Amino acid sequence: MRADRFQKQPARWWSSLIWPLTGLALLLLFNLFFTKGFFHLEIRDGHLYGSLVDIINRGAPVMILALGMTLVIATGGVDLSVGAVMAIAGTVAAELINNPKVPFPAVILAALAVAVAAGCWNGLLVTLFRVQPLVATLVLMVGGRGVAQLITNGQQIYFEDPRLVFVGNGHLLGLPFPALLSLGMLLLTAVLTRKTAIGLFIESVGDNQTASAFAGVNARTVKFLVYTFSGLCAGLAGLIDTSNIKSVDANKIGLSLELDAILAVVVGGTALTGGRFYLVGAIVGALFIRTLTTTMYALNVKSDVAPVPKALAIIAVCLLQSPAFRRRVAGWWAARKS
Amino acid sequence: MKPRIASQYIPLLATAVVLATLYGAGCASFHNFFSLRVLVNLFGGNAVLGVAAVGATLVILAGGIDLSVGSVIGFTSILIATLVEEHHVNPVLAILLGLVLGALFGAAMGCLIQWFELPPFLVTLAGMFLARGLAFVVRPDNLGIHHAFYAERINRDFALPLNSQVSWPFAATCFVTLFVGALWLAHYTRFGRYIYALGGDETSARLMGLPVARTKILTYTVAGLCSALAGVVYTFTTQNGDPAACVGKELEAIAAVVIGGTLLSGGVGYMAGTAMGVLILGLIQTLITYQNLNSWWTVIVVGLLLLLFILLQNVVSSLSGRLDSPGRHG
Repeated sequence: MRADRFQKQPARWWSSLIWPLTGLALLLLFNLFFTKGFFHLEIRDGHLYGSLVDIINRGAPVMILALGMTLVIATGGVDLSVGAVMAIAGTVAAELINNPKVPFPAVILAALAVAVAAGCWNGLLVTLFRVQPLVATLVLMVGGRGVAQLITNGQQIYFEDPRLVFVGNGHLLGLPFPALLSLGMLLLTAVLTRKTAIGLFIESVGDNQTASAFAGVNARTVKFLVYTFSGLCAGLAGLIDTSNIKSVDANKIGLSLELDAILAVVVGGTALTGGRFYLVGAIVGALFIRTLTTTMYALNVKSDVAPVPKALAIIAVCLLQSPAFRRRVAGWWAARKS
Repeated sequence: MKPRIASQYIPLLATAVVLATLYGAGCASFHNFFSLRVLVNLFGGNAVLGVAAVGATLVILAGGIDLSVGSVIGFTSILIATLVEEHHVNPVLAILLGLVLGALFGAAMGCLIQWFELPPFLVTLAGMFLARGLAFVVRPDNLGIHHAFYAERINRDFALPLNSQVSWPFAATCFVTLFVGALWLAHYTRFGRYIYALGGDETSARLMGLPVARTKILTYTVAGLCSALAGVVYTFTTQNGDPAACVGKELEAIAAVVIGGTLLSGGVGYMAGTAMGVLILGLIQTLITYQNLNSWWTVIVVGLLLLLFILLQNVVSSLSGRLDSPGRHG
């Protein structure tokens, strides 16, 4: 039985991707028939344009957030603060870029450093003080936006610097820079977790902390690292979002994106209880959410009403992945047949 | 045995100390702070949060979480406003309908959580999106309620005049009444004991033969009812229905619960703590207004208080040896 389990898994690493990919494919199929020009791609001034490119481009912040969130959720935790950390990183970047004395690399580094520090803070609370992740990250989620507003003094900041604008709007080799950035982050995360033992450590801590402690895994270090990494991801996402609209409003940047990121991770097949994680699944989940949003805009659904289909999608995905639901349906099916 | 009982009450005591200190500091710093008006406003102005926090406390004590609070407030308020103003439904009927829908909404979330073993976090997150979207389906913009029932009954006949200038608003009466009811429900009924048992350890509760499924679904039902009641109170205080009302109210409610000394892991906490937590949040808001500080200081101070309390709880729980299972919480 146990050997059976071990034999099955390596051969079917892609099987976890079936559900999220099916969902995405269904959405795309729907658009193929009902949205005009959805699959239209064109090259303007050497840059690739079209709805599909736009989805990947606009979905970049959630994709990057979802990578960090996947690792946090895999350890059995959750990071609610990513939206607020995005706001802090964005305001730091916008505040510094308008100061001509600060060189550009320093601006980016400072923004990312602040985000990493925020991640360390969460990690410290979770590991050193053993606070539940939900509460520990709630502190920064509530207070973080206040800190961001403190930095900007409650003002909206605008900037024109072409280098910072490039982060969210630029093109490299004809492809949008945010999309390339999220691809790069995916590769980096995948290599770091799958080509080293860190991924295994993360999964073992999330699966059974006591057993992994007996096996010699230092749960505190692992957890501290994943929260720090999630902070870094939030910093990058904040830079992209800020750069995208060339201004920063501490109240709006990344608002409720933490929920989208968690949703993307769950759609991607990683369970909220921790354990096995799926990075590509999370990316597919983020694309699914973005495609859903774009589809609704294309259908002229008002943005205020847009949460309704999103809610139904969450419930459907949760039910599909729930063993209890599958059992019940199977039982009901068997009863009908006999 | 004695130190354990004492340590159990430390978070509650700390909450009371913070509340008294804040109030005392306000009275000492501002000469018109120690007045009936400020006190009445504290209850009236935070009635919506108070009602919502009562529901949040029950769910959290049962080991769950409810993120749909703010959206349900928005939905209920705009539903009542639309029914009363546009469809000329009797306000009492509209309010009852709102409450029933809120309870049903909570029950539906509870069923999904219980029957299909879905995480409460995700189900109520979906509930939050759903209720907010439906609120905008009911009516995309806000609508004032000018019905005589609101102008004459709620705000004149039902308000208790305390002196020639200050009167106790009906919204505050709703908050206090609900709070007393919840106090009784949590500490003096069988259902209340079940909630604590369920939040403490679901498996043990089941093995003891407690009706776990019924208790869990009923808890979410009561929480949904509280959220809807908060929506009703919102229409009392603002005489307005707004589909975008109270975004993020669930976070404030959870913050009030945590500051009140309740553990987010469930099973440990007091209803009285939550009421004090709500008043603390209200006092911070009032003090920051009096001090002429910018509004963002509110969230920073609330964040710091949250931090203070979770660290305190941490110290207390490690002292008393409770909850010392890193595998479950870490």
